[in-house]
Amino acid sequence: MSGHFLLLKKSNNFSIFQDQAEQFFRSGHTNNWAVLVCTSRFWFNYRHVANTLSVYRSVKRLGIPDSHIVLMLADDMACNPRNPKPATVFSHKNMELNVYGDDVEVDYRSYEVTVENFLRVLTGRIPPSTPRSKRLLSDDRSNILIYMTGHGGNGFLKFQDSEEITNVELADAFEQMWQKRRYNELLFIIDTCQGASMYERFYSPNIMALASSQVGEDSLSHQPDLGIGVHLMDRYTFYVLEFLEEIHPASQTNMNDLFQVCPKSLCVSTPGHRTDLFQRDPQNVLITDFFGSVRKVEITTETVSLDNDLAGFESNLPKDELATEPLKYAEQLPVAQIIHQKPKQKDWHPPGGFILGLWALIIMVFFKTYGIKHMKHIF
Amino acid sequence: MAAAAAALLLLLAAAGPGRAVPGRARRDALREELLLSPLPNGDVAAAFQFRTRWDADLPRGAVSHYRLFPKALGRLVAALGVQELHLALTQGFWRTRTWGQPPLQAPAGAELWVWFQPTVTDVDKAWKELSNILSGIFCASLNFIDSTNTVTPTASFKPLGLANGTDHHLLRYAVLPREVVCTENLTPWKKLLPCGSKAGLAVLLKAERLFHSSYHSQAVHIRPICRDASCLAVSWELRQTLTVVFDTFSSGQGKKDWSLFKMFSRTLTDACPLASQSKVYVDISPKNKEKELLEVTPAPASVYEAIVQGEKRTYAVYDLLSPSLFNTSRSLNVQLKWKRPKNHLAQPATPVSSPLARYVSGYGLQTGEISTLIYNTHPYRAFPVILLETVPWYLRLYVHTLTIITKGKENKPSYIHYQPAQDRRRPHLLEMLIQLPANSVTKITIQFERALLKWTEYTPDPNHGFYVSSSVLSALVPSVIAMKAVDVEQSPLFTSLFPSSDGSSYFVRLYTEPLLVNLPTPDFSMPYNVICLTCTVVAVCYGSFYNLLTRTFHVEEPSRGGLAKRLANIIRKFRGVPPL
Repeated sequence: MSGHFLLLKKSNNFSIFQDQAEQFFRSGHTNNWAVLVCTSRFWFNYRHVANTLSVYRSVKRLGIPDSHIVLMLADDMACNPRNPKPATVFSHKNMELNVYGDDVEVDYRSYEVTVENFLRVLTGRIPPSTPRSKRLLSDDRSNILIYMTGHGGNGFLKFQDSEEITNVELADAFEQMWQKRRYNELLFIIDTCQGASMYERFYSPNIMALASSQVGEDSLSHQPDLGIGVHLMDRYTFYVLEFLEEIHPASQTNMNDLFQVCPKSLCVSTPGHRTDLFQRDPQNVLITDFFGSVRKVEITTETVSLDNDLAGFESNLPKDELATEPLKYAEQLPVAQIIHQKPKQKDWHPPGGFILGLWALIIMVFFKTYGIKHMKHIF
Repeated sequence: MAAAAAALLLLLAAAGPGRAVPGRARRDALREELLLSPLPNGDVAAAFQFRTRWDADLPRGAVSHYRLFPKALGRLVAALGVQELHLALTQGFWRTRTWGQPPLQAPAGAELWVWFQPTVTDVDKAWKELSNILSGIFCASLNFIDSTNTVTPTASFKPLGLANGTDHHLLRYAVLPREVVCTENLTPWKKLLPCGSKAGLAVLLKAERLFHSSYHSQAVHIRPICRDASCLAVSWELRQTLTVVFDTFSSGQGKKDWSLFKMFSRTLTDACPLASQSKVYVDISPKNKEKELLEVTPAPASVYEAIVQGEKRTYAVYDLLSPSLFNTSRSLNVQLKWKRPKNHLAQPATPVSSPLARYVSGYGLQTGEISTLIYNTHPYRAFPVILLETVPWYLRLYVHTLTIITKGKENKPSYIHYQPAQDRRRPHLLEMLIQLPANSVTKITIQFERALLKWTEYTPDPNHGFYVSSSVLSALVPSVIAMKAVDVEQSPLFTSLFPSSDGSSYFVRLYTEPLLVNLPTPDFSMPYNVICLTCTVVAVCYGSFYNLLTRTFHVEEPSRGGLAKRLANIIRKFRGVPPL
């Protein structure tokens, strides 16, 4: 009887574990990437860089490593000569929170942030010599967070005051990503004026989009700092940052809470979202599915002993070849050698047809004029 | 397991300096050093040098176990056939007039010069790959280095390491004057250090303090050096240098006394356990014109005298590996106090004459003139210098207007190499070997014309201007005091970057200011304006004319109305009321 009872309890435990395992794999992604773009240049657009760095900071804090983050900042605010506190970018008034930090890696900076580079990063059509840190090496099990901020309008986003990206181009880029299986699920957040127009044209599956304002509305900035002299953050991202500061890697908060962030009373504009292309219910989507990082951990109980002594390893290296005579350093300013450096001899080319023809004409005219008897004076 | 390895290393380090590692000798060694020099006008310069030396043959690619030498750079050298690599990222300009001679100067922005091995067949391709890889490692936009800003100098930039003949086709040099240096460049630089920024001298490298300075320059130098005195084998050396000038005094924010804590907001607690030598040098040489005395606390264990850049200098030495240093307190906070009455603090320092200056003159947006001034302040010795100028293609230099004037007379250079620019392909390169007479000023002027760029070639902020990178002056300056050759391994790192040939002169490489030139900039809103105006004109004028000419008027019968109206009219007729 007790044996049966034990068996029953064991199967109950087993089904609990099975549920937990299923829940662990429900979202279907195995790695996380983030592409964070700030598209504005010039000192008075400090707040856009602060927006992007706030999201960068949250995403790093929740576990996505630098190798999986592509950070694009169109201008440098931290070491800008107008910054009264160099190497800092603040998000709160009175300089409470330095979102720049001490451990930041910016992948695309300054003039490299262009529409072409952004689309190349998304679609993966990158020149072969691009380093790994500048590539989006996602696969079909990657959840990607794309955050864009800057100045925008109805259907476009301005890059660095010289070019724009339209919502149609963005939608096509996402479709290319879908067809190349470069994402599992994509979360697109945009904080610009009339931001909702940017996600109107998406047509690829598994995309969820959030914007800070509807078409016809402007996104407003939060608060200026009198010491720095510019506005520090935009309202929507400020409240998103406040919301994200409460999240830790094991949080169970879902997307519906993110949709409620910054109501019209705080934001003045109406944030919008779009979930019709997304297959799962936003209720079941965790914030950490996009902002945090999933690592597959396998726990093993066997011990692995490392060989402390690498003597055998290093003695297998080939012996260095010793030179027969001593090597020497080059002279830094060998005046005599420089002065007598022969200029590179230009290769002798035979004279071209025009020159030959010209000389033939001159000689014929000469001999026609003065007669052939002058030949002996020449030769 | 990382903790266990760290514990093992600490155990080895704690065993004392005379330890012998059981089994085999280590093939790599790390030396770290910090040099603090007070400058004539009250500022203080801090120069860090970290040198990793590895007794291995990198180019042959036979190594696969990297210990202290960073793998990223080791693989780079092996894969691309690099003989020497020098990369410097600098923010600010070294003001020689107020600060004196720089220990090691770098031009503003990013500077990269590389010597390739003779086995490399396509140097340009290797150069392009190298700049891309380095832009990924150091988070800098070095991928903008291409043929429009790369030159091949023929007389400057001889190799600083061992070299077997110098074929200048293996050398490439490029400068990006617009490059910004910030924390994102410091972070990967710190990660290349064996101890990171967790132990040793690198704990002082906090970005918030380092970038709040007048001059910040960080560099990476890789070169082959002699393994020992007989120089029959090659070792590879990686030097990481970082020079910072703190200007809290001259900008009025602090007193002239300074300490490590005031400068870096940190103090030193220990040496890097992987370092074989870890020292702090403080320059306490008496400045000749000042009567004030320097007091250094805590008292240094030893004093080192050397002849650096032709002058005799005295340094107080703190050895972080000696056990007696941390006996009294757990942290080392070097402090310097000036013993001088307060009212003398306002006296400005006598300016040192700057050996080099460069400026643009002219007016308007069509022509201009670049002038370079070189001063030779030595009272009786003349010496030759090499001046290298790289000018972008859109400033068209006219070499027939090149004039070099010394003491009122023309000075003909002993060697000129001029490579003219090709539009959108190659910049101008002008290299000259000029003899500078004693106690003279040499003025070099050349006129240029500004080109009109295509409207897609302008940067997003064209009204900022376009930069012309710094000129480079390489000189063998005769030194006042003869320097004796010292063993490289025993002398401090800051004396051994440039290999010295004899003691009578020292080699120095100086840079001028970068120039900012305005090009004729179009009004970028004009295409939009033109489209609006043209469409308005077309719509209003042409549309009106078209209507006027082709519109005809017809008389229209009033319609009988719909069904409802007809029924209503029938009812109204019955009622006797007029129809609708």
